[in-house]
Amino acid sequence: MTLPNRPIYLDNQATTACDPRVVAVMLPFFTEHFGNPHSAEHGMGRFAEAAVETARGHVAALIGADSREVVFTSGATESNNIAIKGLARQALRSGDARRRIVTVATEHKCVLESVVDLAEEGFEPVVLPVRSDGSVDPEAVRDALAVPTLLLSVMAVNNEIGVIQDLAGLAALAHAAGALFHTDAAQAAGKIALDVEAMKIDLLSISGHKLYGPKGVGALYVRRRPRVRLASLFSGGGQERGLRSGTLAAPLIVGLGEACRIAAGEMAEDERRIAGLRDRLMEGLRRAIPGVALNADPARRIPGNLNLTFPAANAQALMAAMPELCVSTGSACSSAEVEPSYVLRALGLSDAAAARTLRIGIGRFTSPADIDAAAAMLERAHAIAASHTPSEA
Amino acid sequence: MSITYLDANASEPVRPAARAAMLAALESVGNPASVHAAGRAARRMLETAREQVAGCFGAAAAGVVFTSGGTEANALAIHGLGAGRRVIVGATEHDAVRASSTFGTTLAGTTFAGTTLAGAAAILPVDRDGVADLDALARLLAEGPALVCLMLANNETGVVHPVAAAAALCRAHGALLHVDAVQAAGRMAVDLGALGADSLAISGHKLGGLQGAGALLLAGEPSLTPLIAGGGQERGRRGGTPALPALAGMAAAAGAAVAALGEQGWLTALRDGIEAAAVAAGAVVMGAGAARLGNTSCLALPGVRADTQVIALDLAGFQVSAGAACSSGRVAASHVLAAMGMGELAGAAVRVSLPWNAKAEDAERFAAAYVQMAGRLLRRAA
Repeated sequence: MTLPNRPIYLDNQATTACDPRVVAVMLPFFTEHFGNPHSAEHGMGRFAEAAVETARGHVAALIGADSREVVFTSGATESNNIAIKGLARQALRSGDARRRIVTVATEHKCVLESVVDLAEEGFEPVVLPVRSDGSVDPEAVRDALAVPTLLLSVMAVNNEIGVIQDLAGLAALAHAAGALFHTDAAQAAGKIALDVEAMKIDLLSISGHKLYGPKGVGALYVRRRPRVRLASLFSGGGQERGLRSGTLAAPLIVGLGEACRIAAGEMAEDERRIAGLRDRLMEGLRRAIPGVALNADPARRIPGNLNLTFPAANAQALMAAMPELCVSTGSACSSAEVEPSYVLRALGLSDAAAARTLRIGIGRFTSPADIDAAAAMLERAHAIAASHTPSEA
Repeated sequence: MSITYLDANASEPVRPAARAAMLAALESVGNPASVHAAGRAARRMLETAREQVAGCFGAAAAGVVFTSGGTEANALAIHGLGAGRRVIVGATEHDAVRASSTFGTTLAGTTFAGTTLAGAAAILPVDRDGVADLDALARLLAEGPALVCLMLANNETGVVHPVAAAAALCRAHGALLHVDAVQAAGRMAVDLGALGADSLAISGHKLGGLQGAGALLLAGEPSLTPLIAGGGQERGRRGGTPALPALAGMAAAAGAAVAALGEQGWLTALRDGIEAAAVAAGAVVMGAGAARLGNTSCLALPGVRADTQVIALDLAGFQVSAGAACSSGRVAASHVLAAMGMGELAGAAVRVSLPWNAKAEDAERFAAAYVQMAGRLLRRAA
């Protein structure tokens, strides 16, 4: 086999390549359009402001929101922090007696940390388990919400296992109990249809670099009717209606807007094509490596994710044996950790099985040739790595 | 009509070096936290940017925490260093610092984003030139453990504070000093170690980088509770995937700006030319008696509202501002000039800030347009 001259990138849940069309709309902001979008007094500021507002419209359209419900942030991590801590601190401020905040064990670390950290400020974090297919058990949610609750936060699509949660159903449970519903949609936006009105979502987080936009920008949807009130995470110039201070990153926001615009138009076609590539890879691997197992629900998942436990080879050894293939052992933030993935543990995988598990993320720019090369690399790497991995027995 | 941009303190034009660095970063795909080849390439880019920023401003790379901008960097400093301390804040600080430091007092329990500050913030006064009063600082410091927030250079007037002397006072009293160097960085020598401060905030787009990047530079490695939690990035001090293109742009811009510091004289000469013409036409220069950034001029025209002047200059093709960009939408008099005791002049000043790529002919055309405007509006006001 001839090695490709560039690594094959199959880690599209960690980050995605910035779409060349997104780069193209950002470029003028690297040259002539450098105005501060808050300089309303002069033409260059107003130009930047208008570009930001156009982008806000594109983000809103992708999720069925009104432009005025979109707040720009530095990314989904900040959006999640604002949604969760902001709602809790606003409750403290307004004298709301509820203290319970409910989330699930497979959430991204920034959601889990935000929820758990609030214990120090007098809140009661509840972290629910998930079923072995990665889905949230509605009965467990209902039980947790029996105590008056401020917020239920459940991610739309999991970053490691790709499982799609029943957002409309969970939102209905939250509202029936008088709680609000937040979803971290970093992995979902641009991949599955989202409609904050139809699904009755109150708060929704988006990341730019997970949908072929730039790193360093994200958005938080905040429902206006009925209005969700949040305390800001930090204060300053009072931008974004006082909720998020700091000069808006106009070039990055323009990129996020374009990424959302493209996703709205191309999502269905993209996902159909990606599902075909996913099936092609899975079939190839099943033939080449008997015993390879797909984790979590095989049906309710985004097409771009495969979370696979290999029969005989350690994931670290696999990756070492195929340096030209970019895949991961789990969430990027914790890639360097030796600990087994807490998401896989939550599904009930043994530590030994988790250690033989890889996340493969297929994206918009993955080609059939990439898939075939990846399958061949994995087959060869598995043979090599299996000989270095002690058997479990 | 050509458009002449004289609002660099709101956002500097992007420097070519920053543009090149951002394009390179946009072409690479990895997440700096990933361990594979693409991730390691992204990580190298991020760490190179960190070393470059550290080198430009006299910090250690391990002390550089990347943020989404100056506002977040300032907020992180107050949040991270202010716990259990009283905050003393300069009267002419940017809203990013003023609002963060007094945020606690607007809440019942004086907590700022989960940090308990010890009581309400105290204001450190400035003199009529806008310079922090160090005698007053010494008196305030005697009252107990404090975090002092003092900007290096003011965004509206360009006035430079005696930060090194303030740092010495702070050390003597066991206080911490946070310096907002957003406007100073790239426009004068800034060295965290030489200043003797505990932390320093910078912003990418004020250096000629992109909006959406900033950094908090820490002396030593104090423990710092993150403002944005999750993911463990930035050694656990700031969660979230770093804004790689904007950060690489900020680092490259810092490198270019700092390299050009020695040849700043021409910019100051252009600014002085504008001021001489404006004063002859009846303007008063704010902070004229103080050391100031060479690119900044705050010009008050007695009896003429600032917004009237800004609109007239905008129509003539000159982009200036009536104060900080974030408050431009509002019609409040400048808190900076009010703190300097400028009275009615506080509502009658415009800020002219020359960008790094200003041209002599633009400065001359602006001076002529200003003189013409001043003549017209002063006659009307009389």
